[in-house]
Amino acid sequence: MNGAPSSTWFTTGPHWGWFIALYFFFGGLAGGSYFLAALIDLFGRREDRPLAHIGYYVAFPCVALSGLLLTMDLGKPPRFWHMLIESNTYRPMFKYWSPMSIGSWVLLTFGFFTLASFLGALAEDDRIPWTAFRKLRAPAAPGLVVELLGGISGFYVASYTGVLLGVTNRPIWSDTPLLGMLFVISAASTSAALMTLLAQLTRRAAPAFPGMADLHRMETWVIAIELLVFAAVVVSLGRVLSAWLNGWGLLVLIVVIPGMVAPLFFSSRNSRIRGVNIQTSAILVLIAGFILRVVIVFSSERV
Amino acid sequence: MAEPMGFFTDTTVCIGCKACEVACKQWNQLPSTNGGLNTLSGDSYDNTRRLDGIHWRHVKFIEQFSENRTDGRWLLMSDVCKHCVHAACLEVCPTGAIIRTEFDTVVIQSNACNGCRDCIAACPFGVIDINPVSNTAQKCTLCYDRLQGGMEPACSKACPTQSIQFGTIRELHTKAQTRVEQLHQAGENRAYLYGADEKMLGGLNSFYLLVDKPEVYKLPPDPKMPTRNLVPGSLFALLGAVMVGLAGIFNFRNRGGGGPAPNRSGDSQP
Repeated sequence: MNGAPSSTWFTTGPHWGWFIALYFFFGGLAGGSYFLAALIDLFGRREDRPLAHIGYYVAFPCVALSGLLLTMDLGKPPRFWHMLIESNTYRPMFKYWSPMSIGSWVLLTFGFFTLASFLGALAEDDRIPWTAFRKLRAPAAPGLVVELLGGISGFYVASYTGVLLGVTNRPIWSDTPLLGMLFVISAASTSAALMTLLAQLTRRAAPAFPGMADLHRMETWVIAIELLVFAAVVVSLGRVLSAWLNGWGLLVLIVVIPGMVAPLFFSSRNSRIRGVNIQTSAILVLIAGFILRVVIVFSSERV
Repeated sequence: MAEPMGFFTDTTVCIGCKACEVACKQWNQLPSTNGGLNTLSGDSYDNTRRLDGIHWRHVKFIEQFSENRTDGRWLLMSDVCKHCVHAACLEVCPTGAIIRTEFDTVVIQSNACNGCRDCIAACPFGVIDINPVSNTAQKCTLCYDRLQGGMEPACSKACPTQSIQFGTIRELHTKAQTRVEQLHQAGENRAYLYGADEKMLGGLNSFYLLVDKPEVYKLPPDPKMPTRNLVPGSLFALLGAVMVGLAGIFNFRNRGGGGPAPNRSGDSQP
């Protein structure tokens, strides 16, 4: 242990594995998609509403899957409710200074918001007969409240996992305060990529999405920001970066080059590469977003 | 509340007998590793390897020998949960399963823990891990049940050399300081106390007398609270969300003109 780059080298890993890496990915997609859909609804134009629907259709299944993954990861899955209710006193369990405690509550409430908007989108698309659910979509007052609060909690769900990793004593995770920022931006880029991809794939079956070019342009902006933030994470790790001077480093390169640099290049006007379309770019961003979470979760666990 | 209790471990008189490990296992009915089919580690006489959910005491064997082994020394240390005054595990536990007792010790209530493992990642000493039998996080309780019955913990009771001393923190600090002075007078100027003062996580209720750097004993030189990253991490995350929000607002509003937008979905197609 002599010469360890940080005091975090003396700790034990929590054995957070594939369930958690998958949760970070799908939780990011849930939060990011809802956040973007709410942005489109609240700041976009009426023609963009079908595009926002895609976000709501993505968010609810992803958040349901997230809850399932988190529960399955527990050592005692039937005790999942201990996160919310103190088992000895049956009082609400809430620690504002513990990201996992706040995260549990926000994930629960976010689940209700995603369900409301999911039903609202279904009703507006005439996929369910209950037209009253249309009020769960802006500009109706209940819809405005749901989307505003849902958007805020979506941001929290997309980012708190990075903050939670920081609030440990593990190598890499707690050696930089920037993981929450990286996760929220990555959630936005992967969500924009998934929404773009789904909009492209459903174009023939559904009405055209006027805002898709705007969404793709936004995705490009966010990837550019993500690249800068990732560089800042690397710089902030300092000597701890030695943990990535191995196979993890190769995966990091895959995240950066095909996952960030290539989509930026394909989007640029000077790109001379033919045959690469928005869909390919979106798939690269999604794969890189997943690998990013795998690298961050497992590379610390292996120290 | 009773007076704070804890351990003072004088590593200079530890003989590596592992009586503390056995007593701990026996009293707390901890299972054996791999059903008793343990393999040798190849690391000196240390086959326990580390503290975890079924090893709440761990005797470390550190060999410091010259290349030809004509000169050298053994460093032996019985490691255990530090029962920190500012306990990282207790701070992050989202279920309230980790409590501070009337003896100022830190205990995980196994019936309340749901195995989320946040405490494992938070502990700056790598003390906690999952017990594969209960599937909950476990560690030394400083024999909470024995303390409640007016007895001393099993490990210190079993220690034949008084390397592990149990008592009130106030008494232990006095004893430890006296011992350091005694060693200094005897020429062992490397002796010092690790975790006795409040600078380290408010003070460790299980502290040590060491004769080399903490890293040599696989102890962190600078243990910190995990919440040090909470405020900066949250602010940076908020900044990230603001940037994403601005990117979204700018791209979905700044399209020139308020009329219906033409179908531009194919604009970016090659």
